[in-house]
Amino acid sequence: MKILLFAFLRETLGREAVELPDDAFPIRVDRLRALVGEAGDDAFRELMADANVLCAINQRVANDDATVNAGDEVAFFPPMTGG
Amino acid sequence: MLQVRITQERIDAAALLDAFASDDDGVGAVVSFTGKARGGAVSALELEHYPGMTERQIEASMDSAARRWPLRAMEVVHRVGLLEPGETIVWVGAASAHRAAAFNACEFVMDFLKIAAPFWKRERDRDGRWQWVEARDADLQRARRWGLGTSADEAATYIVDRDNAS
Repeated sequence: MKILLFAFLRETLGREAVELPDDAFPIRVDRLRALVGEAGDDAFRELMADANVLCAINQRVANDDATVNAGDEVAFFPPMTGG
Repeated sequence: MLQVRITQERIDAAALLDAFASDDDGVGAVVSFTGKARGGAVSALELEHYPGMTERQIEASMDSAARRWPLRAMEVVHRVGLLEPGETIVWVGAASAHRAAAFNACEFVMDFLKIAAPFWKRERDRDGRWQWVEARDADLQRARRWGLGTSADEAATYIVDRDNAS
């Protein structure tokens, strides 16, 4: 299952998504942060643990205690800076 | 009545304003906002977004605005990709029978777009170096005036919750 990354998360890892096996799910968002962090170096791991980095499940912002199920659309991204 | 469009093309704010709600003779007030790329130390701007979620969040904020004020129409057009200083980043139009609703809705949707629509900006300085723009606390404070949460996370969730409640 693909976990989407945007902005400087994508840039730091050098990829726009991290692929995780389906059997990693269901998983809590805080645990998923750590798992996705393992795909990169220390700088990336630190970013993934940063509380300012948001998680969206099925395009809705989710808290760290939310659960991600296999098949959900999941993304991590920095605070938004549009407009 | 409520429209959102994300585009890579240059935005012509004057043309959008001219066409906006022009076929509705119940409209007595149109308020529009044009957000532009500043120059100065910045030589270029690049905007990235999360397709799908971006439209969803902006639609949710317009739905929320339409429940708060009697609107006749609302439209948001937002640019993505590479921009030069002076180009339009975002255009918001709000139309209502009387001015208060249009003024309020336009500002409300912009305040929420700043903190809850998944766009990310980076700027290129005069030496060609790119740097990501950091979220501003002032934007969060502005959003809080509408009675919302204390963090971007809460505000973003709030919009969607209101959307679901309708």
